[in-house]
Amino acid sequence: MSGYLTGVLVVLAFNVMAAYAVYLPLAAGQLNLGIAGFMAIGAYASAFLTNEYQWSMWAAIPVGSALAGLTGLLIGIPVLRTHGIYLAMATFALGQVISAVFLNLEVVGGAAGYPVTDYVGPYGVFAAAIGVVLLMLYLSRTRFALYLTAVKSDATVADLMGISVRGIQVAAFALGAAVAGFGGAFYAHHYNFVEAQHFNVLLSVFTVLYVLFGGTQTVWGPLVGAAFFTLAPELLRASDQWRYALFAIFIIVFMAMRPQGLVTTSLLRFTRRRTATESEEAA
Amino acid sequence: MLAQQIVNGLMLGAIYMLMAVAFTLAIGVLNFLNFSLPGLFMLGGMVAYGFIKLGWPTVFAFSAALAAAALVSLLVERFAYRPMQGGDPEVPLVSSLGFLVLLENLMLIYFGSDQQAFPALVPDLNFRFGGLVIGIAQLGSLVLSVLLVLWLSWFLNSTATGRCIRTVAENRDTAVLMGVDTGRLVPMLFIASALLAAVAGLLFAVNYQQVSPFMGEGVGFKGVAAMIVGGMGSIWGAVLGGLLIGLAEVLSISFIGADVVNITVYGLLLLILIVRPQGLIGRPATREKL
Repeated sequence: MSGYLTGVLVVLAFNVMAAYAVYLPLAAGQLNLGIAGFMAIGAYASAFLTNEYQWSMWAAIPVGSALAGLTGLLIGIPVLRTHGIYLAMATFALGQVISAVFLNLEVVGGAAGYPVTDYVGPYGVFAAAIGVVLLMLYLSRTRFALYLTAVKSDATVADLMGISVRGIQVAAFALGAAVAGFGGAFYAHHYNFVEAQHFNVLLSVFTVLYVLFGGTQTVWGPLVGAAFFTLAPELLRASDQWRYALFAIFIIVFMAMRPQGLVTTSLLRFTRRRTATESEEAA
Repeated sequence: MLAQQIVNGLMLGAIYMLMAVAFTLAIGVLNFLNFSLPGLFMLGGMVAYGFIKLGWPTVFAFSAALAAAALVSLLVERFAYRPMQGGDPEVPLVSSLGFLVLLENLMLIYFGSDQQAFPALVPDLNFRFGGLVIGIAQLGSLVLSVLLVLWLSWFLNSTATGRCIRTVAENRDTAVLMGVDTGRLVPMLFIASALLAAVAGLLFAVNYQQVSPFMGEGVGFKGVAAMIVGGMGSIWGAVLGGLLIGLAEVLSISFIGADVVNITVYGLLLLILIVRPQGLIGRPATREKL
């Protein structure tokens, strides 16, 4: 694999992990605009534990992820009292505050950034991303995914059916935060450097963009969205300075024509039915 | 020293105030978090800069900037807002963000990514009251912002069109049944919020004498924060929020340091959202937004 291709695929792996971190709460109807903050927690925690306490990377990464999840849990409980746009703005503010706190923490280098000693190669990052995707595919087949959809579609009815709406919402939020922290920790160890400025609003907002572009109806949406957003600008590299402008036009036109996102339930059902009839014909 | 910083904070707050009012029009009436507004703010400053550089008289350059913002806002309405009616409420957010990226990159292609020096249009005169120094440009923008907001408030409260807008904000379906022409009203609202954002951009350029393709992001996001702190959908809430955020920013820069700005500004936002989600002077949401 060429260095260029590996580089692109590593970015893709990070984007996929971030996309699923946004997808989980969104599947329960919560827009999390602060995902970068949770990635920063995972990245800094894991980097700090390996650098200062000589922890093994393989112990520090899960701990970083768990810390991000715990923060999501603790902050999720008060923040999830708000709904809709208020929740989106609360998570937005939260993301800003978290990265600003790291920007001012001198123990982790403050604004100068924080070098990380332990290195994880590209294959480790790929394995992590594949692990996240497999976990999400597994979750999508459990009742948990059903609860998420129920809460998103109609919280009142879900409540009447005996689902703990608050519990499901907090769980989805915290689990998303943990996934973000997991991706962030790998980011720190792959690039061997973290700086708070990387984990800004635009990172959060663009990740939401991947997920909505891919579609939130199915578990495949975030994967397709992240892949498209990572690879399409690379393909447009020929028209260098115009590529982001062309890309933005494409997003606008695409969302106007297909607001539900690229991958939808009916699309999956259609392809599944066709492969079923094809296999019948073969038989 | 403190009084001077408070004055500076209010001046910066005036710009946040206009952005917050622009956002609040889009959210309060149309239920649309319009992420293209930071782009229109930037367009206001950059287009005026471009035409002044071509040698146009200032008045024409400013009018061209306002017209450009209004035109782009109509495109946003057509391509980001209108097709999304009845769909998932997060989706228009994505396409309006697409417009922000598009505008930034078009400006980047044309002007490059550097900060450009905006010519000093207002003579560098200062008023002195006691120990306070107030620049004439700053004072002018504060007065202009307040006048604009006062006019808008009067317009919404006292004219027939204002009443139609408030009806749509209350309940869109009922408004349509009552004969409000939303097909005409909605583009008008888009133009109004675009003009507010572009005026804020112009004032920013005149005051701070610099423009860049990415100048809208920081100011725009703080405008959103100001809107929520004050109370979403309320014009006077946006005014209060804008001034508070401006004060918080300037005071924390001068007394603690530039790096803590995001902690104080967004910490304030987070605190308000947890303690009093409807904002300082907003009414509790009677229906689900977004």
